[in-house]
Amino acid sequence: MSEDTVLSCTGLSKKFGGITATDNVSLKLQRGARHALIGPNGAGKTTLINLLTGLLTPTAGRIELLGVDISRLAPHQRVQRGLVRTFQINQLFDGLTPLQTLAMTVSQQLGLGASLWYHLGNDRRVADRCEQLLNQFHLSEVMDQPTTQLAYGKRRLLEMAIALACEPRVLLLDEPVAGVPAGEREELLQTVANLPADVSVLLIEHDMDLVFSFAKRMTVLVNGAVLTEGSPDEIAADPRVREVYLGHGEAHG
Amino acid sequence: MSTTSISLGAGSRARWWEFAVWILLLLLPVLLPKHSLLVSEITIIALFAMSLDLVLGYSGIVSLGHAAFFGTGAYAAALFAKHINPDPLTGLLVATLVSAVLGLVCSPGILRGSDLTRLMVTLGIALILQELANKMDHITGGADGLQGVLMGPVLGRFEFDLMGQTAAYYALAVTLLVFLLLRRWVHSPFGFSLKAIRDNRLRAQAIGIPVHARLMAVYTLAAAIAGLAGGMQAQTTGFASLDVFGFDRSADVLLMLVIGGTGWLWGGLMGAVLFKTLHSLVSALTPQYWTFWIGLFLVLLMLVGREKLLRPWTWGRRS
Repeated sequence: MSEDTVLSCTGLSKKFGGITATDNVSLKLQRGARHALIGPNGAGKTTLINLLTGLLTPTAGRIELLGVDISRLAPHQRVQRGLVRTFQINQLFDGLTPLQTLAMTVSQQLGLGASLWYHLGNDRRVADRCEQLLNQFHLSEVMDQPTTQLAYGKRRLLEMAIALACEPRVLLLDEPVAGVPAGEREELLQTVANLPADVSVLLIEHDMDLVFSFAKRMTVLVNGAVLTEGSPDEIAADPRVREVYLGHGEAHG
Repeated sequence: MSTTSISLGAGSRARWWEFAVWILLLLLPVLLPKHSLLVSEITIIALFAMSLDLVLGYSGIVSLGHAAFFGTGAYAAALFAKHINPDPLTGLLVATLVSAVLGLVCSPGILRGSDLTRLMVTLGIALILQELANKMDHITGGADGLQGVLMGPVLGRFEFDLMGQTAAYYALAVTLLVFLLLRRWVHSPFGFSLKAIRDNRLRAQAIGIPVHARLMAVYTLAAAIAGLAGGMQAQTTGFASLDVFGFDRSADVLLMLVIGGTGWLWGGLMGAVLFKTLHSLVSALTPQYWTFWIGLFLVLLMLVGREKLLRPWTWGRRS
């Protein structure tokens, strides 16, 4: 394994009864990678994310983060080591404001999460980091509004801001722009483009404009298995990819 | 200070009415000396309701057996006073610790399954303890209860009197202290992480919160406070009987909390006061039909919603 590999999985498989959802997948993410995972619906992209983050236990295979085997770790332990994800469907805390959500997440990240005595707003580092994140994700104006009342685009931004608040080494973005109306899209695309350079990003997306503008490398998943991997140009030129992906007669994006 | 830290601080600052209400509460034994026993009873129940709120309102864990910890605290305090040391504060500490240990031991039981699982597990634990207290009558006095618990003076100075004034002050003072403690806890990162777990367990673990450890911790804390309340009840009334574990007690405290509002510290207090006052008033008018009216009130509260019910002028509008 090269020095620069941050996340890798080897021979990862997941069977649900007789169905193989993930079939012997091996994947490597370099430091600062911009890697896209594409494939038709039902290719097993989200299952793969769930395996990597520990929501599902693999039937076979091994996952390494920064050279350490994390296959047996609980989801929250993987997060603490820097493997963080966002969700295709927003998973937010409706009883908290965006600011409270971020402050709580940052506190957790700084190891203050179990503190009973110190006040959530009292740590300089927490307040500063929250302010940065709120600016970076265009959430400053709505930071004190109930999360339930945010526009969809803002909720999507918060979804990603929460993940960034965990200070990821590897960020798994599960369809970040899915369902975002055109007017709120630009803000979101911009923040995806401006993600910190040293964070390795694995992007799952159906929006081909975003995928091809963002990714430096791509993996195509079909029926749970890796069909091919390569640069965007190689993928775009690959006739097999065109067949499985575009051959369905539906143009994505 | 930055705007973010100001905003974060805003939620935890005490409002003027909170001071006012507490001053009023602390004056109650003077204002209503004849009702001191009722004051201490309501205060203790309010504390019990607050402890349930920590689990239910803040963490989203339903329980139909919270009396398990109240009862354990009550028996622990009564037995400790009777056999070891009559000092109230030491006894309270013992009651709290014993209940905390029980809470910790029971806490894995609330981690798995659905709400129904938790309702049944918590109910089951309370039933088990009640039956244990019944069977171990050589220690607990069984169905007759544990009688003749004589308490020493509070802080070595204030004897418990028949009118219950000392008891009322004692209960109010301890409850105020716990209230302040809880206030601090719910505004800490720990407190917010509980709300996060309540709102979205999947995401809570996806930001690195050890969900199980947090829930076990809060269940233990809540059990400790429930035990504290139970201990005070045994101390101020001078006995402990099987009904401290009773299903009625668990159900009543749940009702009070729902009436007062879950997920805010005043909910338990308001609920207890409202419930007990309603109880006294309605039973004075129609002794038999008390449960009818509380039942009707509850159905309306749940179906119409608190916001709407408390704002009669909005009743005509469509929501």
